[in-house]
Amino acid sequence: MKFVDTLHFARHAATGYPLRTALSILAMAIGVASVVVLTALGDGARRYVVDQFSSLGSNLVIVLPGRSGTGGFNPANAITSTPRDLTIGDAAAIQRGSAVRRTTPVTVGTSEISFGGRLREVMIAGTTAEYVLIRNFDIAQGRFLPDDDWNRGAPIAVIGAKVREELFGATPAVGQLVRLGDRRVRVIGVLKASGSGMGMNTDELVLVPVALAQAIFNTNTLFRILVEARNRESIPAAKAQALDIVKQRHNGEEDVTVITQDAILATFDRLLGALTLAVGGIAAISLAVAGILVMNVMLVAVAQRTGEIGLLKALGAPAHTIRNAFLCEAAMLSATGAIIGYFLGVLGAALIRYAYPVFPAYPPSWAVVAGLGTALATGLLFGVMPARRAASLDPVEALMKH
Amino acid sequence: MPLIELKGIERVFHLGDSTVHALAGLDLAIEPGEYVAVMGPSGSGKSTLLNLLGLLDRPNAGTYHLEERDVTTLTPNEQARVRSERIGFVFQSFHLVPRLTAAENIALPMILSGLPASERKSRVEQALANFGLENRAGHRPDQLSGGQRQRVAIARATIMQPAMLLADEPTGNLDRHTGEEVMALLESLNQNGVTLIVVTHDQVLGARARRQLAMEDGHLKHDSSLPPSPFPLPGQ
Ligand SMILES: Nc1ncnc2c1ncn2[C@@H]1O[C@H](COP(=O)(O)OP(=O)(O)OP(=O)(O)O)[C@@H](O)[C@H]1O
Ligand SMILES: [Mg+2]
Repeated sequence: MKFVDTLHFARHAATGYPLRTALSILAMAIGVASVVVLTALGDGARRYVVDQFSSLGSNLVIVLPGRSGTGGFNPANAITSTPRDLTIGDAAAIQRGSAVRRTTPVTVGTSEISFGGRLREVMIAGTTAEYVLIRNFDIAQGRFLPDDDWNRGAPIAVIGAKVREELFGATPAVGQLVRLGDRRVRVIGVLKASGSGMGMNTDELVLVPVALAQAIFNTNTLFRILVEARNRESIPAAKAQALDIVKQRHNGEEDVTVITQDAILATFDRLLGALTLAVGGIAAISLAVAGILVMNVMLVAVAQRTGEIGLLKALGAPAHTIRNAFLCEAAMLSATGAIIGYFLGVLGAALIRYAYPVFPAYPPSWAVVAGLGTALATGLLFGVMPARRAASLDPVEALMKH
Repeated sequence: MPLIELKGIERVFHLGDSTVHALAGLDLAIEPGEYVAVMGPSGSGKSTLLNLLGLLDRPNAGTYHLEERDVTTLTPNEQARVRSERIGFVFQSFHLVPRLTAAENIALPMILSGLPASERKSRVEQALANFGLENRAGHRPDQLSGGQRQRVAIARATIMQPAMLLADEPTGNLDRHTGEEVMALLESLNQNGVTLIVVTHDQVLGARARRQLAMEDGHLKHDSSLPPSPFPLPGQ
């Protein structure tokens, strides 16, 4: 029997029993669609996180106080009991690194802000003029912190969009005096609303000069130092220089941790990539279920068409012709289901993106290939048994069933 | 040179503890172009004989030579090839594929044997014309009368130009008049050279054949081509 004729015969046979054909195609379609949609969700989450991190600012290196546990045993750490604090001086010193474009100290705490009887708790970040450049913030009104001596804590503040709305409502905020903790500071600018942001929501943030924040919180330590490398290639150099400079200033003790945004990103990327894989794997189980359904449908087909199989044998069809015809039919059911499922999945992902525009729910191409491949493979695999059963039927007995 | 030569054929079925000798010690020779009617009571082994002749079944003992070739030792694939090229079947219940049209049913043996589509088309057209089915080419079996269905089945059985036609009660599902028409059709094919072997219960139809075989309990009780046995069995 020619291949085209086998295809034709199998298609005829499949369309001859519309209900069971539709059911197995549906099962396969649901399997493939769920692989496509679920991996789109997983990969969308990964992309979302990666995008959010990238929006923190580019080429970022972060210096944290305290030694992270990953550096192995350090004799210097064994002697000193407490790590030294990070200071404004450290931040200023890092600025001298050749791979460093700019740096800014950050100190963080919470306090109350009040204006005209309205009062709320806010997060205060003490920092410098460079912060806005490193983090790529936009100013909605007024201006950002001036490029001033870092140790001079001028009584000024830049407030987030939500803080402004809650304290001032419709009245202009810039130029007003607000109370921050026990200080009176003047609002010089308002940040543009950003909606979201990893870690801190800038809409609810109040930014003041770093020295003022330290005075409010009665401390001279820093939460962290943000360092921007000159370019992407100089990130490792900037990291090494920052570590080196702080180490020198801390009497040779490596009591800070320097992380790069790339490293954090890579961790999240791996984590969420694994999650997508796992979710895709779970969805693939539904493909196996669909494969078993195709097998059962084909077994029913063999039972239903026993008389026909007997006839084909009487007409001189060898066993392999009959096997191929049934295998072809199973493959057709799975392939049609897989293709329909693919389009359903793509449509589903598009609907998710439509409903949540910030969420980049695109199915990764590896998942699409794997999903379609698994669908075809399971369909064929589970089609083999019914096809062999058909091919091995005894012609005389098969002919008696009609 | 006989077309068919059976020697010492045995066919035994095991049903639980009991064994049934459906065919026992059967010797038979059929020449090319013969018209043979196989008759006998129900369960006498007529269908078993026909299945064996059609290579759908294998004997437990004995040899079967078809066109001087021992076909009992062939592999299943070789037997399938012989069925495809040399043997045509006509069944009591027609055995048409319900989802295929008359023309597609007739073309089925040619599709299975891998004939090119152009050749199939011209042969099917010829067959439709020969069997008076031109207006029924696109009809499915459930849109055809019993006689038309059997004509489609006969067209299908002869489309590969086989050496022999095996028909197991081809008129069993038809009324008398239609049955006679179908028999006349089969006989005209026989006149054109095809060996025709028909199993029938009907004495009248059986009498039309040039040679009658009477079966009983798996034995060949009577063969009209042989001189009467000098030791007739009781009841004959
Ligand atoms: N597959 C089988 N298993 C067991 N016994 C069988 C089988 N096929 C046939 N037989 C037995 O073999 C014997 C001959 O059967 P066969 O079908 O050849 O009879 P028949 O002459 O065609 O009868 P009928 O006129 O009713 O069609 C019967 O006793 C039957 O019961
Ligand atoms: Mg019978």
